[in-house]
Parts: sequence; structure tokens; C-alpha cells
Amino acid sequence: MLAQQLLNGLVVGSTYALFALGFTLMFGVLGVINLVYGFYLSLGAFIALFATQAGLSIWLALPAAALTTGVIAVVLDGLLLTPLRKAKAPELSSLMVTLGGTLFLYSLANLLFSTDIRRFPVGVVDATAYDIAGMRVSMTQLLIMGAVVVMVSALLFVMRGTRLGLGLRAMAERPDTAELMGVDSASLVRLVSLICGTLAGACGVLIGLNYNAIQPYMGEVMMLKGFAVIILGGLGDIRGALIGGLLIGMLETLTAGYIASTWKDAVGFVVLVLTLWIRPSGLFGRLAAKRA
Amino acid sequence: MSLLDVRDLVLGYSRTTQALKGVSLQVEEGSVVSLIGANGAGKTTLLRGLSGLLRARDGSVSFHGQVISNLPAHRIAKLGVVQVPEGRQVFSDLTIDENLRMGAWLLNDAAEEARRRDQVLARFPRLAERLSQRAGLLSGGEQQMLAIGRALMADPKLLLLDEPSMGLAPLFVEEIFRIIETLKREGRTILLVEQNAQAALDVADYAYVLQSGRITLSGPARDIAGNAEVVAAYLGG
Repeated sequence: MLAQQLLNGLVVGSTYALFALGFTLMFGVLGVINLVYGFYLSLGAFIALFATQAGLSIWLALPAAALTTGVIAVVLDGLLLTPLRKAKAPELSSLMVTLGGTLFLYSLANLLFSTDIRRFPVGVVDATAYDIAGMRVSMTQLLIMGAVVVMVSALLFVMRGTRLGLGLRAMAERPDTAELMGVDSASLVRLVSLICGTLAGACGVLIGLNYNAIQPYMGEVMMLKGFAVIILGGLGDIRGALIGGLLIGMLETLTAGYIASTWKDAVGFVVLVLTLWIRPSGLFGRLAAKRA
Repeated sequence: MSLLDVRDLVLGYSRTTQALKGVSLQVEEGSVVSLIGANGAGKTTLLRGLSGLLRARDGSVSFHGQVISNLPAHRIAKLGVVQVPEGRQVFSDLTIDENLRMGAWLLNDAAEEARRRDQVLARFPRLAERLSQRAGLLSGGEQQMLAIGRALMADPKLLLLDEPSMGLAPLFVEEIFRIIETLKREGRTILLVEQNAQAALDVADYAYVLQSGRITLSGPARDIAGNAEVVAAYLGG
């Protein structure tokens, strides 16, 4: 029973981790709190929904929806945030602009798609479940964990093992100085938007599959959890987003299993408040260590 | 033709306030030019303008005869104008080695990068001992060496140094000026911005005095060092 709960928690947690990864990357490298980020999740889910309804297999629909969302994210980021970047506007303005943007986009999605809950076509993922060491693991759960592992490893490799990642980390710390070294920050910004949008879009598809429920505001729910995760992990920290996501996902599942499922959604906020009380910089945050 | 030719450059952070009110100066290839002036005279603003971090409101900057004042910073860096910014600005979360690799960002030649890295490490043995350490853990003087080393990784045609001695212990100040002296002997072209007027004039061939956004005096460094007003205002005479 406990093992099964932990497994389910791991699946939920890995989707949280994936979502928070893009969110924290956006904050860490681009220095913006982009509230539209949650909408990318809904967008990815809807694109995959329509693609599978049109007969595309989920193996193609998942990457296609993720990448399409990434491209849309580049466009939206360019429209909303590039003017602010050029004017060197303070961080608060990005919050206000993206708040406006996100309200508009959700209303638009609501208008176009209504808030009815939609489901993937029957049999989009093989319904068989496997028995592994006494735990039931569905094909959907395997797909989710597999996709998260692939994307997270790819991102970690890019950030830690490539020249591009070096440039991104340098830009995250000192954008002007990176530019003085010849870093074309405008193209790196677009690339980061593409990566973040792709992560959120993929996450939307996976969450849609996990609960088999898709509606325009699903990204909004995740956004609140995303905040809890990155504050627990430490703003802008990649390891923090991973571990924070897994922890909160597991805690939620255990709470639902052993206490009451109605308490599940409170978990993230309890963690959020406790983190801010006990360790405001988060598990891996270095707020205090940031010196000039 | 001068390597760097600045004509009537006007720079400012807003439409109404001008930090630089029409500055003209030249840097000849192979020379060291010092720009001295008090805090707030506009020295750092000028270097930000030359590097493209600040857009010119009027006037022009030419490098090798090509107008660069309309180019973004990364394009100017690509032409070989490389700045060591005020306050070092090392990437403190990156290791020393990673900082040096960032200096060679535009170089797509691993062998050449390794060669330059060896040269930089031979020049600054302190850095060689601690390659995998985070740059944020270095002392101010060591960070300044790293910042200069990082710029040298780009093999600059024109090196812009912004207050390299600022906030350093006297021993390190001497060391930094020794390094500039060595770079000069090696034939590097340098534009040095300094508050430490004495040392800056000692090392330079030519000098400009910047006061409230305007060049008030210019000439061979030796003459400037002998100027009565300069002695009174900047050399503690």
C-alpha cells in the first residue's frame, strides 16, 4: 500500500518537477516571473487533445504539442516581455504585464473551448497495467516517468555539459557582462522561452493523460503548485525545482491516501508557508550568499 | 586613421539628463590612453557607450574606420573591442575556468582557446591553482586578475579597462598596474579609465581629463601629469 502510494506520488511529483523546471529556468535565466507560463500547460494539453482526436498517435502528439507550445511561448514572450527588456523595466512590471496577458489568454481559451472537461480518445495510451513488485503501474504512468526523465536529463546536460549552458548560466547572473563577452542575449532569451514553453506544454499533455481531464484552467491550478515548488526548492535553482516537485507530489499523494483527499491541495500551500517561515531562500536558494 | 575615433559623443540614461555632453577622443593602435576624472564625471558611462551597452544619443564611435555606435554590444565585442567592466563583474557562480571560457565565447577553435588559456594562466599563476573554484570566492584583487584574464581570452584589439584598481588593497593596485605595463610592452592597445590619476598617467602615452561629461584637457600623458591644474585637482599636489 505504501509502496503503491509512493509510486503514484512519484508520477505526480515528476510532472510537478517538469513544470517547475521551466518556471524556475525562466526566473533564473530571464529574470522574469512570467505568469503566462501556466497557460502554456493548458495550451500543450489542448494541442495534444486535438492532435489525437485527429488521429495522431500520442507518441507523435506529445512532442508535436510540446514543441508547438514552445514556439508559441517564444512569440508571446517576444510580444509581452521584449519591450520591457529593452526599456530595462523593473521585475514588477513583468509581473503586471504577464498577469494581464494571462487573464486575457485564459478568457480567450474559455470563450473558444468552454470550461467543459474534455478527455483524450479512448485507447490513446495502451490501457494495460503491469505488476511490478506488487505495485500496479499503468502504461500512462510509465510514459509520464519516461518522458520526464528524458526531458530533465536533456536539460541538465545542456545546462551543465555544454557551451550553451555555460552562456545561459553566465547570462543568468550578469546579462550585461555576458553581452560584453559577445553573448547574443536576445537569441538566448528566445531559446530559453522555447525550452520553457516546451517543458510546460509537455507537462500539460502528461497531466492531461494522468487524470484524463483537460480544461482551459488546468494551467492555473498548476501555477499555484509551481510557486510552492520553486519557493521550496529555491528560486531559479534547477535541482531545487526537481527535488521540490517530487517532494510536494509525494506529500500530496500520501496526504490523499492516509488523511483525506480533500486535504491534498492544501499540502503545497502548507509547504510554501513553512518554507517562508523556516528557510525563506528555499532548499538550494542562495539569497544570502549573493554578494556584489 | 586612429583605431578608435570618438566624435562628439552624447550619452545619457534618460532623454533629459546627459551624462556625456559631446566627447571626442582618439586611441591610436598600440598605445595606452588614460582617461582620468573624478567620481561621477562620466567615465563609466563613456565605456558603456563604447561597448554598446548604452545607445549614443548623438555623435559617433568608429573602430577601424567602421561606425560601431549603432551596433549591439555582442557585435562590438566580436569586432575585438573588449571591456573589463567596473567592479570586475566576474561570474561569481561559475568556476574560474568557466569564467575564462566565457571570455572566449566568440572563439570557435578549441586548440586556440586552450593556447590562450595557458597564456592567461602563465600570466596569473594564482588563478591556475584554483581553476575549479567558484569565482565568487576569490579576493577583490584576484577577481580583477580573473576579469582581465577573461578579457584576454578574447585576444582583444582594443582593451577597455574601467577602474581596475578600484577598491583594491595597495599591494594589488601595484600588481594591476604592473600587469597593464606588461600588456603595453606586448603591444596591446588600451583605453584605461581611472581615478588613480598618478598611476594612470605613469603608464599612459596619451591622456584625457573628463570633467562633468566634457573633456577639459588632453595631451601626452607626461604633459598632463605636469599640468598645474591637474596636479592640484587629481594628483594631490
